[in-house]
Amino acid sequence: MIKIKDLHKQFDQLKVLKGINLEVAKGKVVVVIGPSGSGKTTLLRCLNVLEQPTSGQIAIEDQVLDFSQQVPKKKIPSFRRLTGMVFQNYNLFPHMTALENIMEGPVTVKGEKKEAARKKAEMLLGKVGLGDKIHFYPFQLSGGQQQRVGIARALAMEPKVMLFDEPTSALDPELVGEVLKVMKDLANEGMTMVVVTHEMRFAREAADEVIFMDGGVVVERGNPEQIFSNPKEARTKQFLNLIQ
Amino acid sequence: MAKMFLSSIFLDPERVARLMEIGKNSFQPLLEGAIIYTIPLTLISFVCGLALAILTALARISGNKVLQTVARMYVSAVRGTPLLVQLFIIFYGLPTIGIIIDPFPSAIIGFSLNVGAYASEIIRAAILSIPKGQWEAGYSIGMSYPQTLKRIILPQASRVSIPPLSNTFISLVKDTSLASMILVTEMFRRAQEIAATNYEFLLLYMQAALIYWVICFLLSVVQGRIENRLDRYVSS
Repeated sequence: MIKIKDLHKQFDQLKVLKGINLEVAKGKVVVVIGPSGSGKTTLLRCLNVLEQPTSGQIAIEDQVLDFSQQVPKKKIPSFRRLTGMVFQNYNLFPHMTALENIMEGPVTVKGEKKEAARKKAEMLLGKVGLGDKIHFYPFQLSGGQQQRVGIARALAMEPKVMLFDEPTSALDPELVGEVLKVMKDLANEGMTMVVVTHEMRFAREAADEVIFMDGGVVVERGNPEQIFSNPKEARTKQFLNLIQ
Repeated sequence: MAKMFLSSIFLDPERVARLMEIGKNSFQPLLEGAIIYTIPLTLISFVCGLALAILTALARISGNKVLQTVARMYVSAVRGTPLLVQLFIIFYGLPTIGIIIDPFPSAIIGFSLNVGAYASEIIRAAILSIPKGQWEAGYSIGMSYPQTLKRIILPQASRVSIPPLSNTFISLVKDTSLASMILVTEMFRRAQEIAATNYEFLLLYMQAALIYWVICFLLSVVQGRIENRLDRYVSS
């Protein structure tokens, strides 16, 4: 499904990703953990080209971007449509209601009929438990509700892969659960997901694979049991000791 | 002394009658000047200027060095020279190289260029005030740059820019009086012409001032309504 080959990303002099190789199979949930500055968010943002990698290759399904050469700008929007992104700060469109936020992509990008898009948006809002909030503006919703709208907005584009960038980090503790529940449901339905998070419980319960990143490289990877109970690398142990 | 001055104006019944008569007769031509010239001049110039301002702002924030430089020079030249001088260049200057433009279109060109330059800075600032995450959210659902700009960024930027743009608009209403200098018979020029025949300068210019004030007052009412409308999606 996703194939990343020798991915590098450099901001001026700062090397953030130093040769990432990664494969994610269809329907799998991969959780990326690591200390801040380890490059995990950058890796996620490279997957939908919000950051342009310096070199390397990313393939999602049958679309391949090779960043060793100049990537044609025209290829990027269609590549982005393979993935749905959920942001740490939700980034909902504040001038649109929950319903309009979700309809925006299907109507503007895919050219769907408004009626059909509205039906789908209502269905998605019901799915994330916000069927009674469809006409609310983002400022009228709690953080957890906004993030669930964010998830529904990404799903409306029918992506092949969902990317989550610390989706619960900005939330009050009591609101984390409702967002994680939606994510777990999604995982159970067989959605392919790459999740950057500090929620170790989610990683344990929902991940098929946990990836520990530090210093721009993948230090260790394995199933949750293996990473959390029996980490091999010293850096992984050190990190897990610090957060648990 | 003061008493004599006041009585000379207000207590001489003949003079009061004469002022009332002139005031009544001049009101209609002044209002006509406002309706036929001042208001259309303002509206057309503002719409053209705003379009120019958006293009200029987009050029300034584009990555293209050439566009950026052209936009910056344009803004610098317009802001760095008096509006009256610009109008004179267009109307009296250009004919010497064979470009002859009528008074009204000359005024439109001058005012549009002026609004374009000033408003471009307002729009640029408003666009830059929208968080980067809004662009990213647009891109992440597959939108292109123009789609994100049109659907996500400009609607939010317009809310931010209504108060400063209203300033520009209200200034423009009053600046159109400068068109009197290039032979546009807008309201102020009519006031001048009528005053030249009866020497009641104070009366005529006060009358013109009052009409400008009323127009600007109505505009600020409209501004308030637009602001309320656009504020519906922010918490109060």
